[in-house]
Amino acid sequence: MVPPPAATFEHLRDADLDEDDWDEDEIDISDLREKYEVQLEQGYDCFVAIDGLPEVTEEQKPKLLKFLLKKLKTVGRTTEELVWMPMGENGKSLRFAFVEYSSPGEAAAAVRQLHGQPLDKKHTLLVNKLTDVDRYGREGRIDEEYTPPTIEPFEDQEHLRSFLADPSGRGRDQFIMYRNESVGVFWNNDRDTPENIVDRQHWTEMFVQWSPLGTYLVSVHQQGVQLWGGPSWSRQRRFPHDFVNLVAFSPTERYLVTWSARPIAIPEHGNHPAFTIDDDGKNYVIWDIETSSPIRSFANIDGPDDDNKRKLPWPAFKWSADDKYVARLIQGQSISVYELPGMGLLGKTAIKVEGVQDFEWAPSTPKRDSVKQYEQLLCYWTPEIGSNPAKVGLMSIPSKQVVRTLNLFSVSDAKLHWQSEANYLCVKVDRHSKSKKSQATTLEIFRVKEKGVPVEVVDSIKDTVINFAWEPKGDRFVIISTSEPTPATAGAPPKTSVSFFCPEKIKGPIAGNFKHLRTLDKKNSNAIYWSPKGRFVVIASIHNQQSSDLEFYDVDYEGEKPESDKDLTANLQLMNQAEHYGVTDIEWDPSGRYVASWASVWKHSMENGYHLYDFRGEVLREEPIEKFKQWVWRPRPQTLLTKEEQKSVRKNLREYSRVFEQEDAERGASADLAVVEARRRMLEEYVSFRESMDEDAEEEKLELGLPDDIVAELLAAKQLPTNEDDEQVIEEIVEEVLEEHEEVQQ
Amino acid sequence: MRPILLSGHERALTQVKYNRDGDLIFSTAKDQHICAWYAHNGERLGTYHGHVGAIWSVDVDPTCTLLASGSADNTLRLWEVETGKLLHTWEFPTAVKRVEFSFDGSKVLGVTEKRMGHLGSIVVFDVDLDPKAEQTDERSLTIICDESKATVAGWSYLSKYIIAGHEDGSVSQYDAKTGDLLDNVPVHELNQPITDLQWDSDRYTFITASKDKTAKLISARNLDVLKTYPSDTPLNSAAITPNKDFVILGGGQAAMDVTTTAARQGKFEARFYHKIFEEEVGRVRGHFGPLNTIASDPTGKGYCSGGEDGYVRVHHFDAGYFNFYYEVERERMNKLAAEGASKK
Repeated sequence: MVPPPAATFEHLRDADLDEDDWDEDEIDISDLREKYEVQLEQGYDCFVAIDGLPEVTEEQKPKLLKFLLKKLKTVGRTTEELVWMPMGENGKSLRFAFVEYSSPGEAAAAVRQLHGQPLDKKHTLLVNKLTDVDRYGREGRIDEEYTPPTIEPFEDQEHLRSFLADPSGRGRDQFIMYRNESVGVFWNNDRDTPENIVDRQHWTEMFVQWSPLGTYLVSVHQQGVQLWGGPSWSRQRRFPHDFVNLVAFSPTERYLVTWSARPIAIPEHGNHPAFTIDDDGKNYVIWDIETSSPIRSFANIDGPDDDNKRKLPWPAFKWSADDKYVARLIQGQSISVYELPGMGLLGKTAIKVEGVQDFEWAPSTPKRDSVKQYEQLLCYWTPEIGSNPAKVGLMSIPSKQVVRTLNLFSVSDAKLHWQSEANYLCVKVDRHSKSKKSQATTLEIFRVKEKGVPVEVVDSIKDTVINFAWEPKGDRFVIISTSEPTPATAGAPPKTSVSFFCPEKIKGPIAGNFKHLRTLDKKNSNAIYWSPKGRFVVIASIHNQQSSDLEFYDVDYEGEKPESDKDLTANLQLMNQAEHYGVTDIEWDPSGRYVASWASVWKHSMENGYHLYDFRGEVLREEPIEKFKQWVWRPRPQTLLTKEEQKSVRKNLREYSRVFEQEDAERGASADLAVVEARRRMLEEYVSFRESMDEDAEEEKLELGLPDDIVAELLAAKQLPTNEDDEQVIEEIVEEVLEEHEEVQQ
Repeated sequence: MRPILLSGHERALTQVKYNRDGDLIFSTAKDQHICAWYAHNGERLGTYHGHVGAIWSVDVDPTCTLLASGSADNTLRLWEVETGKLLHTWEFPTAVKRVEFSFDGSKVLGVTEKRMGHLGSIVVFDVDLDPKAEQTDERSLTIICDESKATVAGWSYLSKYIIAGHEDGSVSQYDAKTGDLLDNVPVHELNQPITDLQWDSDRYTFITASKDKTAKLISARNLDVLKTYPSDTPLNSAAITPNKDFVILGGGQAAMDVTTTAARQGKFEARFYHKIFEEEVGRVRGHFGPLNTIASDPTGKGYCSGGEDGYVRVHHFDAGYFNFYYEVERERMNKLAAEGASKK
C-alpha cells in the first residue's frame, strides 16, 4: 500500500498559497469600525445636557437653578457653579442647561434616572450625556430636513379569540394535554376521542398554562416565557427572563409577572434584550403584555430569619380585580400597593400594618352599600402582638381607609376567603384553647355588601377546618374538617367530615343567616371543587394512596326536600360517586359541564392518565397515558351577552336543547354507522388476506409435492406398529349437558 | 367456568403448550422439570426429569410422540412423551431459550442465548419421529444473530421461513432451507424486546408480544403488520385462538418492579382482543403475578396461562364465548349460509 501523499511544503499547490493574495487595505471595514469603535475619553464624560426646562428670566434663574439642583443632587455630586444655563439675546433662558458631575458614573446615573422625570406639572426633564449629544448630533449626522418616520402598513393580526367559535358549532371547550414531552391542544369530544387541534414536541420546558381569559397559551423556557395564540398557534409575545420559574397574569391579561429564583444578571457593558443595569439582581419582573416590555422589577424579600428559608409566597404580587393596582406583602411590616400603568407606589409610601401576615384583594370590584366613589377592597390580618388582639382589616383603595376591623383572640392562624363576587369575605380562624392543647375553627363572615359590613360568626364547628370553598357567584359554602390534622399513622388518610352551609330563607334582598345544612362524617376527602357556574360541587380525596374517590353533589336538587331543610336555600343530593386511583388534580371546564381528573407523573408514576366526567359524575372517558403531566382547560372570557339576553336564553332553554339533542342523536347514529362500516371493511380485508394466503400455500404445497394433510399421514404411520401389539380398549366417558333449565320454587 | 389450577411447579412458569389434540398440556418452569397434564381435568400425567437448570421452553411434535425442551443448563433435550424417557441431548455453550418443532415434526429449532462471548444463534436439527431411532448430532442449519439477539423464533407455513423476534423489537424472516436473512422489520418500539411469538393454526400469521405494551399480528409471507393490540402493561405472551377470531395477551408489571408499586398496579390479567377489529373484548383475572406464558387449545375449547406466581390456570370457554359475534361477523355468516343454501 502506498500512503496518500502528505501535504508537505513541496506538495503545496498554488491555490493553497493564494490566501494572502489580496490587499488588506482594500477591505472596507468602516461599517464595522463604526460599530465597534471604542468610545475614548473625551473629557466630557462627566457632563450631561438637560432639555425641557422652563423659560426663565435672569431674575427667575437662581430660583430655577436651586430647584433643579435638588433633583440633580439625588444622583450625584454637583454644585451651582457647575451648572451652566445659557441665556438668549432676549434675556430669557434657552430652556436647556449643562451640568458637570464629579464622575462619569454619576453622569450616567443622571441619564438613567432623571431622563423622562417630571420637573413640575408642565415640564419633563430630558437628560442626555454630552458625549452622546456630540456623537449623534454632530454635523452631518442629522438630516437638515425632517423626514417623517415611515409607518409600516398595518398587518392583519390573527384573531386571538377565534377559539371561541367551535367549527362544529357545538360550543365545545378546548384543553391542553401535556404528556411525555409533547403539548397538545384538543377539543373536548365528550365520550369520543378528543379532537386534536395542534400537537408539538417540546413546546415547553417546564409546564404550560393559559392566560386567565384563555387568549394565550404560555410556554416556559430557560430563556423566558412565550405566549402563543390565534388559529395558527403562532408566537404572539416573548418575555426574555432567564431561568424563569413561575408566571402569573393580571386578571384582565394586561400584565404579566415572572419570577426566577436566580437574580437577573446583566453582563458588564453587555446588552440585555429587555433589561437595563437597574434590573440587575432582581427576581420579579412586571411586564406589559401589549408591548412585551418590562415595567418594573423587584428583588426577593429576604425572610426575617435566613436559616429558616420560608417558602416564597406565590403569587407574590396580587392584582386588584380591574388590574389598576398590584400589591405585595412585606410580611410583618407592610403592604406595598403599586398603581398601574406606571407601577409607582400608591401615595409614594407602603401601607404600614404592623405584624401583617397575609392579605387578599376582593376578586371583583366591590359594590358596597351607600359607597358611590370608585374603590377596590383588600383585607389583611395581623396576629396577636403582646396584649393586642389579632385583627382582620378591610381597607378601601385608593383612599387607604380601613372600613372595617375585627378583633380576635386566641388565634393560631387565619385564612382569607373571598366570595367570587366580593359579596362575602370569610375569615377562617383557627383558635387554640388557653392551654394550646386543643384546636377549633370559627368562620367570621363579613357581609361586604351590607351597610356597615356586619360580621356573622359560625362557631358551631368543633374540629379544625382544613379546607373551605365558596360557591362561585353564590352564597353557599363547603368545609372539610378533621379532629386530627396530623394523622396518627403516617401515610394514612386523615378522617374528615364534609359540611355544607347555606343561608336561611328570608324575605328581602339580602341573604339570611348562614345555617348548617348537612355534615357527612367518616370521609377521607380533602379537596372541594365547585363548578364555575355554582350549584354542583365535587368533593374528592386527592394525593392519597389509599383512597381516591370523587363525590358529585347537587345543592339545588330538584327532587323532594327533607322537612328539616325547608327554611334553607339549598337541597343537597349526592348524584354520583367515582373512583380514580392515584388522582392528583381535578378541574372543571369553564362551562361547568365537564370535570377532568388526572394522575400526573409529576406527583407519582402510578397509572398516569385522565378521567373525564360530566357534571353529574358519570364517567365519559378513561384513558391511561404514559408520562401524563398536565390537563388544563382553556378559560373563556366573560360572555358578551347582556343580562336580558342571558335571561332569554335561560327561558328558552328547552327549545335550544331540543335542537342540540337531535344533533347529538344524529351524530351518534352516523358515528355508529361509521364504526360498523369500518368493521365490515376490516373483516373483508382480513378474509381476502386469508384467501390469498391459502392460494399461495396451496401452490407451494403442490410445488414441493407435499401431501394435503401431512400430520394425518404421520399419525397413521405412528398407529401402524402399535396395531401389532396387544390392543387396549380405552373407554372414555363423555358427559354432555343436553338441556339446562331453572325452576323457581315458591 | 371455574379455571383448573395446576400447582405442580415451585417456581415461575416459563412456557405452557398444548399438544395438537388439545388433551395434554406441557408446562415448564424455572424449577428444572417439565410437567404433562390432562387438559380436561388438570390431573398430572407425569414429569420429565433430567435438566439441571431452569427450563425456558418446551414443544411437542404434531403426533405427540416427542417432546423438545430448552434449558439454562445449555442443553436442548428430546424426550419420549409417553414414557418420559430422555432420548437425546444436544449441548451448547449457552442457554437454550426457545424450541419449536416444524409443522410436520421433521425439524426442531433452538434459540441460543448471547452470553460469554458467544453470539445468539438459531440452530436447526433434523428429527426422526420414531422414538427408537438414533438422533443426529449434526446441525442442519445455524443462523447467527449478530445484529440483535433473537429472543423467540418459529417455523412458518410449510416450513418455508424461520421467523425470529429480536431483543431490539424487530422481527426477521429467514429462508428455512438456507438460513439466509430475507427481511428484518422493526415492528415494535426500538429496544423493547419481543417476548413471545405464536402462530395461527395455518402458520400464515404470527402474533408477537413485546415489552412495549403492544402485541402485533404479522403476516409470515412479507412481515406486514396486519393488526396492533395496544395494552397498558408490558406483555410477556400472546396467543391466537383457533376457530374464533380472538387473541389473548398476558403480561403485567415486571416481577422485579412489583414490590415498588401498589398491588392493583400489577395488571395480572389475561386480555382478550378481537383479532380483526383490534378491540378489547374481555379480561380474565386470577394470577397474582405477571402472566409469563399463554397457550390456546388447538381445538379452540379453552386456553391456559402460566404465571410468575408458579401456577398454571386452565380455562375452558363457556357458551358465551362461542356465541359472541360482532354484528358484521354475524351478517357475513348469514350471507355465507344463504349462499350455501342457494347453491344446494
